[in-house]
Amino acid sequence: MNLNATIIGQIIAFFAFAWFCQALVWPPIVTALSDRQKKIADGLEAASRAGKDLELAQERATEMLREAKTNAAGIIDQANKRANQIVDEAKDKAREHLRHQVAVLAVAGAEKILQSTVDAKVHGELLNKLAASL
Amino acid sequence: MAETAEANANELSAAAHGEHAAAGAEKYASGSEYIGHHLNFLTYGKLPDGHVGFAHTVEEANAMGFWSIHVDTMGISALLGLIFIGVFLLVSRKATSGVPGGLQNAVEFVVEMVQNSIKNTFHGKCDFLGPVALTVFCWILLMNLMDLVPVDMIPGAVQIAASNPHLFFKAVPTTDVNITIGFSLSVFILILYYSIKNKGIGGFVGELTLQPFGKWAIPLNIVMELPAFLAKPVSLALRLFGNLFAGEVIFLVIGLMGYWQLPLALPWAIFHILVIPLQAYLFMMLTIVYINQAHQHH
Repeated sequence: MNLNATIIGQIIAFFAFAWFCQALVWPPIVTALSDRQKKIADGLEAASRAGKDLELAQERATEMLREAKTNAAGIIDQANKRANQIVDEAKDKAREHLRHQVAVLAVAGAEKILQSTVDAKVHGELLNKLAASL
Repeated sequence: MAETAEANANELSAAAHGEHAAAGAEKYASGSEYIGHHLNFLTYGKLPDGHVGFAHTVEEANAMGFWSIHVDTMGISALLGLIFIGVFLLVSRKATSGVPGGLQNAVEFVVEMVQNSIKNTFHGKCDFLGPVALTVFCWILLMNLMDLVPVDMIPGAVQIAASNPHLFFKAVPTTDVNITIGFSLSVFILILYYSIKNKGIGGFVGELTLQPFGKWAIPLNIVMELPAFLAKPVSLALRLFGNLFAGEVIFLVIGLMGYWQLPLALPWAIFHILVIPLQAYLFMMLTIVYINQAHQHH
């Protein structure tokens, strides 16, 4: 175990290799590593942003659906109301029509019974009153 | 220069005596000779007769003193460093922030591990620490992994290539204390550099002399702080060396057992495989901790 100039040779070799490593080896590898780290971080951020966007879109879609349902229910309600109204109007008209016919029929009946013509003009008012009371 | 190299090649093969390198421990007279042979280095330096060349014996290697070099561990260390830089350079050239391929994945795993260790431990700003920690971890890991190559494989191959069956060759650089001290002294230089850069010479010296008892107890402070400071590189180097050297010696003892090494080497390798990355990681973590301390003001 004698100490000799191998020590000096090893020191020179060490600093040569370490310097070489610093000049040519270390920077590209470290740059590649940090670049990849950044890429992955960006990718993850984009993914989480996309997830948030999806959540938002889903929320909006549900809201729109709910709104549409409310609208549809309103429209159906209105339509039903309108239909009822039309039916009522139709019933009223039919009733009125019926009254007239009944009145005419009553007049005709009365004519037959009285065996004389009743002047429609003279008794019109009376007949209308009768029709209205039916 | 060419003549010297040729002379060295001749010296390497001179001791061959026409023998072929025998595999395993059979060619050694005793177990301790086998182990001793495997613990010696291929040393290059000034020989006693004034020539510069490879040492043939342990005595020659010891006589070379400081100005000699372990060609085997230094060479394999440099080779592994080049493999590390080569693989990482290949990946960094084609590094993409898209989907990474297999090799890039592995490299990124290591780089991220180093980055996270720094992020958790280091609270300052230093662009050089990342590359230093990465180099420390990968290079030491590769060196330690050489321990799992069967102990006679690389020395045997080198002995055959040099046609010298008695050539010393040590294949695991971190079992050479010179290599681990080289590492820890490099870290120590960085500690000194960043301490002085961040605290100034006054602040750095003050930290060693004015703590923990204030300016009236400077000698006591030095006695307490300086050993703790100097122990950093020593403990770094010896911890790594000790762990790997012990593992290597066990492998050598197992290598002595003839065919019995087959069932024994595998369990020890499986156990040792825990030590290999652990020691590399520990060295890296302590490097980060020490350089962090060099950045902290008290």
